[in-house]
Amino acid sequence: MVKIAQLSCGTEYSGIQKEIEKAAETFNAEIVIPDVNLDDIDEAYERFGLSCASSSLKLMIARAMSLVDGKNEADAVFICTCFRCAEGAIARNEVRRLIQDNTNLPVVTYSFTEKTKASELFIRMEALTTVVARKSILAREKQEGLTLGIDSGSTTTKVALMENDKIIGTGWVPTGDVIGCANDGIKQALENTEYKLDDIEGIGTTGYGRMTIGKAMGAQLVQEELSVNSKGAVYLANSQKGEATVLDIGGMDNKVITVNNGIPDNFTMGGICAGASGKFLDMTSKNLGVDITELGGLAQGGNYRNATLNSYCIVFGIQDLVTSRAAGAKKADIASAACYSVAEQVYEQQLQEIDVREPLIQVGGTSLIAGLVDAVENILGGINVIVPEYSQYIGAVGSALLVSGIRNFDEKDIKKYH
Amino acid sequence: MKVAIFPPNSMILADMIERKGHEPLVVQKQMQKKVTSPDLDAPPFNMTEQDPINGLKYAAIEVPSGVRGRMSLFGPIIEEAEAAIIMMEAPYGFGCVGCARSNELTTFSLRKRKIPVLELDYPTSRDQTVEMVYKINTFLDNLNQDINKEE
Repeated sequence: MVKIAQLSCGTEYSGIQKEIEKAAETFNAEIVIPDVNLDDIDEAYERFGLSCASSSLKLMIARAMSLVDGKNEADAVFICTCFRCAEGAIARNEVRRLIQDNTNLPVVTYSFTEKTKASELFIRMEALTTVVARKSILAREKQEGLTLGIDSGSTTTKVALMENDKIIGTGWVPTGDVIGCANDGIKQALENTEYKLDDIEGIGTTGYGRMTIGKAMGAQLVQEELSVNSKGAVYLANSQKGEATVLDIGGMDNKVITVNNGIPDNFTMGGICAGASGKFLDMTSKNLGVDITELGGLAQGGNYRNATLNSYCIVFGIQDLVTSRAAGAKKADIASAACYSVAEQVYEQQLQEIDVREPLIQVGGTSLIAGLVDAVENILGGINVIVPEYSQYIGAVGSALLVSGIRNFDEKDIKKYH
Repeated sequence: MKVAIFPPNSMILADMIERKGHEPLVVQKQMQKKVTSPDLDAPPFNMTEQDPINGLKYAAIEVPSGVRGRMSLFGPIIEEAEAAIIMMEAPYGFGCVGCARSNELTTFSLRKRKIPVLELDYPTSRDQTVEMVYKINTFLDNLNQDINKEE
């Protein structure tokens, strides 16, 4: 069983401790709270150098120090504090850095509210346990045989059919009925190939609908998108060796993952403010009366400074957009401002939380919006941003790649990958 | 008299209040109600999503959930209190709720009640300790006199 050390403040009083434990148990992991002596707390946080007013944060620091000092053992670390607590946010980030700088333990951070449910934590817990328990799968660098990957995202369902390290078919369907969309996507991917569904040697699923589709299709691999996307990204960008950062601005949440030799070692996920998501760009394009595929090119011809669009909320963001249009701003300027606004918020909310390593591989459907890629590059001071071919199929490609490593396993062994 | 204390789980303050014939309002009593409730299963404190929502009575929605969860326990104590003793800068072992923001809101809410409040700093020497005990006992005795006057 994977031991996840919990470093936190406020979980008991927010009524979510049980949810955290439930999420860990779902992925065969156990939450452990590092032991510290009362007398050691002051010494630990003074040594750390961050003087918090809240004693629970001091205790969190002391627990982190005990992991670093090897006084407590764990396989991974989960750090969380209350959403909206500024002091908690500072401590959370500094403790994350402490763990990453001084140990090899994978870390996940989270800010919670009383509404946080185990299901929201699944992806984080699953990714943590994957990094610990499935290192061998993540080490795969070449796709073999005939495999299919399905990425059931919140906005679109993507399918990739791969044969011996080549993508031979793709499918792209707006997500509605999860199973129906997956079937339509598979049909698209098999079109123009000589294969039928029965010929496929392995199916891997990822994304929000991964479990439902995985069960219905008898998939060999059902895997959260953090590990799958990072693997797919470094594979497509040909950056399997060394370090990289994967940025996926999704329809519902954003992921930033740092990768070392193809294995994710840290990630952050945003998902509370839709103003920083692909959904906002989707709504912007609808409001401007252009297709989402045209928004990026339109943005490249505009100047974001000519329109004010910097709200942290999708509702206020659209209000800003309407106001800007009423004030006579050009469509191109609004498109540019929308891209810039999303990039800026992703930077402020997520990229600052992580040590960005070059190259930055931008993936997901939004990576096709050229104006957004330009904005990310600008905001990060001209960092090398790669958008690989098939970047929108990243999860599907990652699934097809990873499942090829276990396609010949017998049924009993396969169960371990669900 | 019902005397609220801060930190709200300080056993030493609770004991001193009891010895002078008053009723200490401690968070352990609130907690006991929760942990002995057979309907709930949310260890360690049996706090649920509903508790931070109940805390909205004492703190606005933009206040972190952990603060509101704590206020759902401390709030009724503050409302019930007829007097209060606040001990600032106390070490963890004396009593502690873990959150500086909750501390600020709790002490503020006690002061706002316009009830007799004794505010002290945690003693760091023997002389200060003796003086602290004297101040607390005098405060509690005066509360007794207030009761007698009313009667």
